Amino acid sequence: MPKRDDIKSVLVIGSGPIVIGQACEFDYSGTQACRVLREEGVRVILVNSNPATIMTDPEFADATYIEPITPEVVEKIIEKERPDAVLATLGGQTALNCAIALHDAGVLEKYDCPLIGANVEAIQLGEDRQLFKGVVERCGAESARSVICHTMDEVLAGAAELGYPVVVRPSFTMGGLGSGFAHDEAELRRMAGAGLQASPTTEVLLEESILGWKEYELEVMRDNVDNVVVVCSIENLDPMGVHTGDSITVAPALTLTDREYQRLRDVGIAIIREVGVDTGGCNIQFAINPRDGRIIVIEMNPRVSRSSALASKATGFPIAKIAAKMAIGYTLDEVPNDITQETPASFEPSLDYVVVKVPRFAFEKFPAADDTLTTTMKSVGEAMSIGRNFTEAMQKALRSIERKESSFHWRGETPSREEALELLRIASRPTDGRIITVQQAMRGGATVEETHAATGIDPWFLDQIELINDVAREVGDAPELSPDLLRLAKRHGFSDVQLSELRGMPESVVRGVRHALGVRPVFKTVDTCAAEFAARTPYHYSSYDEETEVAPREREAVIILGSGPNRIGQGVEFDYSCVHASFALRDAGYDTIMVNCNPETVSTDYDTSSRLYFEPLTLEDVLEVFHAEKQAGPIAGVIVQLGGQTPLGLARALKDAGVPIVGTSPEAIDLAEDRGAFGRVLAEAKLPAPKHGTAYSAAEALAVAQDIGYPVLVRPSYVLGGRGMEIVYDDDTLVTYVERATNASPEHPVLVDRFLDDAIEIDVDVLYDGTEMYLGGVMEHIEEAGIHSGDSACALPPATLGNAEIELVRESARKLAEGIGVVGLMNVQFALAQDILYVLEANPRASRTVPFVAKATGVALANAASRIMLGATIAELRAEGVLPPTGDGGTLPPDAPISVKEAVLPFHRFRTADGTMVDSLLGPEMRSTGEVMGIDSTFGRAFGKSQLAAYGGLPSTGTVFVSVANRDKRAMLFPVSRLVDLGFDVVATSGTADVLRRNGIPAQVVRKITEREGDAEATDARSIGELILDGEIAMVINTPTGQSARADGYAIRAAANTADVPLITTVQEFAAAVQAIEALRRGDLTVTSLQDHARALDLLQVGSR
Amino acid sequence: MTSTLQTREPAVLVLEDGRTFSGRAYGHRGETVGEAVFCTAMTGYQETLTDPSYHRQVVIMTAPHVGNTGWNDEDDESSRIWVSGYVVRDPALRPSNWRSQRTLEDELDAQGVVGICDIDTRALTRHLRERGAMRVGIFSGEAAGMPAAHLLERVTSAPLMKGAALAQEVSTDETYVVPAVGEKRFTVAAVDLGIKAMTPQQMAQRGIEVHVVPATATFEEISSIEGLDGVFFSNGPGDPGTADAEVEVLRATLAAGIPFFGICFGNQLLGRALGFGTYKLKYGHRGINQPVMDRTTGKVEVTAHNHGFAVDAPLDRETETEFGSARVSHVCLNDDVVEGLELRSATGELKAFSVQYHPEAAAGPHDAAYLFDRFVDLLTERRGQREDTSEERARPGAPTSATEGTANPKTTEGASA
Repeated sequence: MPKRDDIKSVLVIGSGPIVIGQACEFDYSGTQACRVLREEGVRVILVNSNPATIMTDPEFADATYIEPITPEVVEKIIEKERPDAVLATLGGQTALNCAIALHDAGVLEKYDCPLIGANVEAIQLGEDRQLFKGVVERCGAESARSVICHTMDEVLAGAAELGYPVVVRPSFTMGGLGSGFAHDEAELRRMAGAGLQASPTTEVLLEESILGWKEYELEVMRDNVDNVVVVCSIENLDPMGVHTGDSITVAPALTLTDREYQRLRDVGIAIIREVGVDTGGCNIQFAINPRDGRIIVIEMNPRVSRSSALASKATGFPIAKIAAKMAIGYTLDEVPNDITQETPASFEPSLDYVVVKVPRFAFEKFPAADDTLTTTMKSVGEAMSIGRNFTEAMQKALRSIERKESSFHWRGETPSREEALELLRIASRPTDGRIITVQQAMRGGATVEETHAATGIDPWFLDQIELINDVAREVGDAPELSPDLLRLAKRHGFSDVQLSELRGMPESVVRGVRHALGVRPVFKTVDTCAAEFAARTPYHYSSYDEETEVAPREREAVIILGSGPNRIGQGVEFDYSCVHASFALRDAGYDTIMVNCNPETVSTDYDTSSRLYFEPLTLEDVLEVFHAEKQAGPIAGVIVQLGGQTPLGLARALKDAGVPIVGTSPEAIDLAEDRGAFGRVLAEAKLPAPKHGTAYSAAEALAVAQDIGYPVLVRPSYVLGGRGMEIVYDDDTLVTYVERATNASPEHPVLVDRFLDDAIEIDVDVLYDGTEMYLGGVMEHIEEAGIHSGDSACALPPATLGNAEIELVRESARKLAEGIGVVGLMNVQFALAQDILYVLEANPRASRTVPFVAKATGVALANAASRIMLGATIAELRAEGVLPPTGDGGTLPPDAPISVKEAVLPFHRFRTADGTMVDSLLGPEMRSTGEVMGIDSTFGRAFGKSQLAAYGGLPSTGTVFVSVANRDKRAMLFPVSRLVDLGFDVVATSGTADVLRRNGIPAQVVRKITEREGDAEATDARSIGELILDGEIAMVINTPTGQSARADGYAIRAAANTADVPLITTVQEFAAAVQAIEALRRGDLTVTSLQDHARALDLLQVGSR
Repeated sequence: MTSTLQTREPAVLVLEDGRTFSGRAYGHRGETVGEAVFCTAMTGYQETLTDPSYHRQVVIMTAPHVGNTGWNDEDDESSRIWVSGYVVRDPALRPSNWRSQRTLEDELDAQGVVGICDIDTRALTRHLRERGAMRVGIFSGEAAGMPAAHLLERVTSAPLMKGAALAQEVSTDETYVVPAVGEKRFTVAAVDLGIKAMTPQQMAQRGIEVHVVPATATFEEISSIEGLDGVFFSNGPGDPGTADAEVEVLRATLAAGIPFFGICFGNQLLGRALGFGTYKLKYGHRGINQPVMDRTTGKVEVTAHNHGFAVDAPLDRETETEFGSARVSHVCLNDDVVEGLELRSATGELKAFSVQYHPEAAAGPHDAAYLFDRFVDLLTERRGQREDTSEERARPGAPTSATEGTANPKTTEGASA
């Protein structure tokens, strides 16, 4: 059946900010969908609040709305654009929930724009647990026994019936938010209480425990004439009990016979038909009892998911792209398989390799959080790797995680039998890195049977780990590293680093020996068909095998190193820059070669670059790719400055190994990273910096602090995302900190900076070609300096800076770029205090804010940067139209719209071990997972939109609770009084209330959580915590105070998080919020596409050319 | 302590064009020759190994790990392993499955199947894809130490698959009956040209009593089966161009108006019976992920394939034959190879049909299981007609085969792909 001709325009709903459980895999799927639809001549209207995505680039849609994904806002877009249909199955749970809300409100019917892909009935059948149980039953399959509950009484009765432990699952939440195992009534009450709260339908499901069973997933696709294919099977190495997003997973499934696999396939197909997903992909999860093979259907997602992104990368079958084609009427047999180009998409990929995915966690950012892995997803990213066998793929995946402790190791003494058993006991609790504990236990002699009993991990996988230990022993014991032994080790995925540890020689010597013996990897191709047909798409992975498939090429190539697994501080923003570089350089006539190991990204789409190497980003792996490509044809150079700290950290070693680095040289990178060298650059340029010093020991740190005065900002050198950064006010804390930090990073010292109180922080992204600078944009932070730039909101153009200040910023940035020797991008952070512009730091690389600046100003900075790195000048790029002919991001016209970036924080996903909330204060260490952008004519409106997009919005009426630190009491008066003028009621704790009343602002006193009833003059018997939980507070303003009130502040913030009440923790943000509330009350919220903004702004002067 | 691959002795794989792969011994030690074919299935090695269609073939598994689920007593498709050699990259060290009774390697060894592991199976597969199926030898133990020229000589002196008549080598010697499950509705003679156990099971589950007869059965023997409703020709090894006797039995069946269903080899023989030629594919279809379109419904099914030969019939038109109008009913979407035939009467009623692939699956998806239902429909319809006609007039017996051979212009076995 050919394309439907009744669909001329489609509204694609994106997934919003990156949060845990919903990451950039939806940028990958959404970008594919937008591309496909436009290729098919469909007008694409896109809404997504996340500016860091590729899909929100203006060229991927006809009308791009960076607006909050709420039913009200999306209705306005529908009203304005009148799409023929809405596609919501590629934007994760956010898009699906929004679509359901639009349907319930009658909007889809009113504007006659039905959902395509999955209809509302199908979405409800798939998502509503009780309805889904019926589906499973009708398909002749089994579900876990369960009870649906809407109240705590029902919950307790249900648990009595099913017995403990019992699984708690709230309905309609993403990433399994709020799910977990309750082992007793106390746990149940807490989890079910939170679950009822988190579920938009106040519904939780209790379920029989299938803990420890084998877990599988199928990715299924269907077209409108009911053709169905299973794209990929995935087996979880971690058994049931750990969310699949947090599990190590393997494709294809490795421990099923054909009969068992076909049973899953039959059930999966029956389910997609019964649910009635008209077209597109869905994901179905199964549990299998390892003792008797009983199969239980766990759940299905009637949409593209994280697993489908993984399955697409694992097989070469682009699920989202094909889903988009299905949605507009094509059938599977009408769509060609891109990889073979000769065969159709109506087949099931066959793999002749093994794929392993390993999650990456960020528990170090939330030290209080319980790190037990449960059915609630906690990981922030993932790495995937491909090998010709499990051991190779597993070891490559572990080193792709880029942590020393993430790989198998044989350091130290072999654990004794007792130690091995103790390690097994530890491994029985699933945590980040459990696989290493298992490997250590087995190294110490724990048997496959014992380990299986402790962890539930299938014996087949454990046997493979034992094999790795055996090979390690052989390598360690051998008199010399023979070619055969080296080949054996490499065949099982051992890195040069691991071999160097086993042999007690430097990594470079291992590599030298290996190269001398001619033991090098070959590169195989992901071709969807196990070599049955020739592949046209160069999507490669390394393996120690016989035959390589890298084709010779004639054009000069540029190798772009990606950013690896997403983590806090290094996420989709860096992928954005890499992808742009690839597009721009392909347009400029180069072959582009992407190296990355993150399956969620657009950069690892085989369509993005001329060639894709799905490889770990370690020195060894990158050198081998370089070697293979060097033999294939000429290489112009390697780009390291776009993928964040990961590739930047390799720059020096790559250069030393003879690899040409384009753009800013490794020496210049060192100039910016090395404190002493950077100090000299600043001194030469006569730029002030906060007083600072470097310390290798606690004593040295104390001396520095004494010299520059408290408070000081301390951090380890060479980090991204403010890892380990703290503001320290006294000697004791400083000593503790240094002892901890030097432990963490022995090669790098601790940096101690004078912390500037009450300073305005300014961020700029600039391009520099060696002589000329282009100022990409100036961002003014809303929070004061001290909150990590990644976590603070900012405005572009700067809301309160004057032209003189901007010129000062420009001049300072230019001097820095020149002094460092930047070729390409640089990000500088300044602090403006008492009219002095201090340089906080300069990073000669693409920053997190590059995509935001590009969206806000309409100039593709990363494209320009990649061209500059390859030798183009800013003048040339201006002439070409890549950059505006005149002016830059610092000279925006006065009527330019204001863009506000707001960070999205994951606090509500974490609990401490005893089940309480993790505190949600901002600090110098970055903890946000994603960001949104609000764009509008004034700061207030833009800020309001950013809050709506990030947290569901600010209230327009109601009761506001205020409790601020003493130093903030003066600053709060004006905004609180404005709120009262606007008709808000104010409640406050006694101290704050006194101040308010003395200033003529009426405020009710409310009891603190730590105060007993009757302690305070409160009229209500309930404490503020109870009031918040009872939904009587519309907004909470709570700034952190001294040690004494910290417990109370924590409890208030925890309550606000639990009840999903807007929570403001800085006075600056409070002031911005009041402006936003005023602006939004004054005028109706309006929507404008980026394309319309750009036309109005006309920075590129298209209108006048 | 598990054994690492290092401890296995060397083995060598030699292709007839001289390309050689060095690996390690797997399964039985010794030497073997056969036709090198690759199978892309990721599950179902037990079914594959016991599929008689793989007789005299050395099967190369593209799946990275083989043997993970061990060997059980339930999933065999016949009484023994038929492949003449087995090539895998990474054999499982330890099987893990609740149904597993022993390891795959022990079973291979016990049944004397010589294998090789630890070679670049993808390179070998690509080689076969580019150069076509060819003869191969695997040498381990003492044989591995022989001079290369000698090994190559062993390979090139092995018989070719083209022109090989193998059905009788794998067929049952004696007729046996697979009883219908539940109520018996029909009686079908299944000619065993290398039948898989799942095929009679699929029929039995639909109320068919299946009389599995040897490949050498004559039409008289078959038609004398009490209450015969239909005839089935199974899958099987070898070159369909050699199966003249079986084709004659099939022609007699069609001439007698007995409903016919064929699978794989049975499809090739129906093709020949209808006057079409057969030819050897460059490297065949072997896997469980092949898209086939049922041209009668326009639907795509994902199917299990195992065939090195195919029918040469026109895709774009019907062909008039002495038995009625024949047309291609199924086609592989990857390469437009004929995957099914059907024969209809002048009034458009279905008389006989067959598919080149495996609706019985095992291993493979169950998408095409509806074909057994289609067979039951055909049997039902035919019985209805028979009852109608017997009411009107006594059935005059089978029509004569006077027209035999008139519509047989191109039985060109071996025509190039």
